[in-house]
Amino acid sequence: MEGDSELQDLYREVLIDYSRSPVRKGTVEPADLRAHGINPVCGDEIELTAAVVNGKLVQVRFTGHGCVISQASAAMMAEALEGADIPKARGLLASFKKMMLENAPVAELPAELETVSALEGVRRFPLRVKCATLGWNAMAQGLEGK
Amino acid sequence: MKTAYDVKRIREDFPILKRLIRGKPLAFLDSAASSQKPRVVIQALVDFYEKHNANVHRGVHTLSEEATNLAEASRAKTAAFIGAEKPETVIFTRNATESINLVAHAWARKFLKAGDEVVTTEMEHHSNLVPWQMLAQERGVKLTVVRVEMDGTLDLEKVKAALAKGPKLFAFTALSNALGTVNPVVELVKLGKDAGATVLVDACQWAPHKKLDVKAWGADFVAFSAHKMLGPTGVGVLWGREALLEAMDPFLGGGDMIQRVTLEKTTYNVLPYKFEAGTPNFADQAAFGPALDYLTAVGLDAIAAHENALADKARAVLEAEPSVRILGPKDPAKRSGVISFNVAGLHPHDVGTAFDLEGVAVRVGHHCCQPLMTKLQCGGTARASFYLYNDESDVEALGRALQRTLTFFKIKPGAGVA
Repeated sequence: MEGDSELQDLYREVLIDYSRSPVRKGTVEPADLRAHGINPVCGDEIELTAAVVNGKLVQVRFTGHGCVISQASAAMMAEALEGADIPKARGLLASFKKMMLENAPVAELPAELETVSALEGVRRFPLRVKCATLGWNAMAQGLEGK
Repeated sequence: MKTAYDVKRIREDFPILKRLIRGKPLAFLDSAASSQKPRVVIQALVDFYEKHNANVHRGVHTLSEEATNLAEASRAKTAAFIGAEKPETVIFTRNATESINLVAHAWARKFLKAGDEVVTTEMEHHSNLVPWQMLAQERGVKLTVVRVEMDGTLDLEKVKAALAKGPKLFAFTALSNALGTVNPVVELVKLGKDAGATVLVDACQWAPHKKLDVKAWGADFVAFSAHKMLGPTGVGVLWGREALLEAMDPFLGGGDMIQRVTLEKTTYNVLPYKFEAGTPNFADQAAFGPALDYLTAVGLDAIAAHENALADKARAVLEAEPSVRILGPKDPAKRSGVISFNVAGLHPHDVGTAFDLEGVAVRVGHHCCQPLMTKLQCGGTARASFYLYNDESDVEALGRALQRTLTFFKIKPGAGVA
């Protein structure tokens, strides 16, 4: 549609695909890591579960409800963190937050976060940044003490 | 002779309506959250600070007297606007939330004891639910919540059943902020009174649009907020029955609410000052009077007819799309200028952002009514609300924004119901 470079800037095709993808939706049982994220402003919620084997996140799943941004971002996070060990996972969370909250260039994102660069447009919609960080903040909580 | 509703002239009075949003004319459909302000209200604020500013109820100098008179004139106008005989039964607070909390603290905590019952409804704004939950937790008061029907209305039989055990308080909203449901206030008040309850009505969404007559309602407390009815932010109203207000102790202690203070003991000031501790928000209070004058001059009946007609048109635009689900009552008599809706497969926040790119301001989310959203099985809705300054161009913009959203997110007509 004419003029929708504006909407495309925020909602890249890949985000819509990820938000609708069932691949990492679900629950890992029994879970070695469990975390819950909620955005009180909009009521969006993410429930994260993960299996940790030999210090590695071997499977990350989420359930919840929310907008395209929060759901796509959580799905990308789950994908990017699978296979990472705990220190690596922490590093990826930090890189993501640096891009999202401190405007660090997407070119500086590690290779594991390549798809995440699609969230770059969210930075121009400050009210929506919290949607993008919801799943990542939940994971940061889940990793505490691990 | 009846003159036609001149929305063009009304729009001229609201400077913000000239704003462009991301290059598009603003279509402000979020008045249920907070209304825009006419120039007379903005000018009243400027005049106050430029010509009359000084603290009220203190000192004898000219400015203090003028400031006091302006703030008190607004109190008198508020009383007249809601049919209250005595201006001193109008308490100014910061907002309606504070008004309800004032009742929860100064009335309920004094007169309710463990085992007493408070009845409210599932369609309340959090501000008319959480204070009662806090009271229940702190004092062992029993909280009963009347369930809402799936069309967003109250079943009066269920209300009666909930009131059967003689609750001490019945607190309900006159008009649902999330769905726009118009409640049968007079009937509900009567049910509460017949059951022996003190009755509190949350009139936040009613007062800007419909005639509020505290005598005709027969309630004991009525709460509403200036900022939703063309007035400034930071001014809430609590009207209370005089005898109840007299029997209550102060809510906050400090300046202005005292008559005489010694180190041992304080005697409290008279109404309404007993409940207005500290320097009040007098500048905003002063500018609330002109807002009420403006509403009265246009006429609430004319405003309601205008906004309901626009809302009906907007409803038709939304209903034309099979993927759109409108929540709330089907019965036009129970509807107001508020339309709550969802688009199949789309979260309200994504709807809200896409609409904003078309200049259309709608509220999205749970509308501070999470229990109601849970009941209606949605995390939230998009809400378009109409007011006196909206016109056909806003309905057209809503239609454009909807089409743009459906196209961009590839929502097919057969996507089902949201």
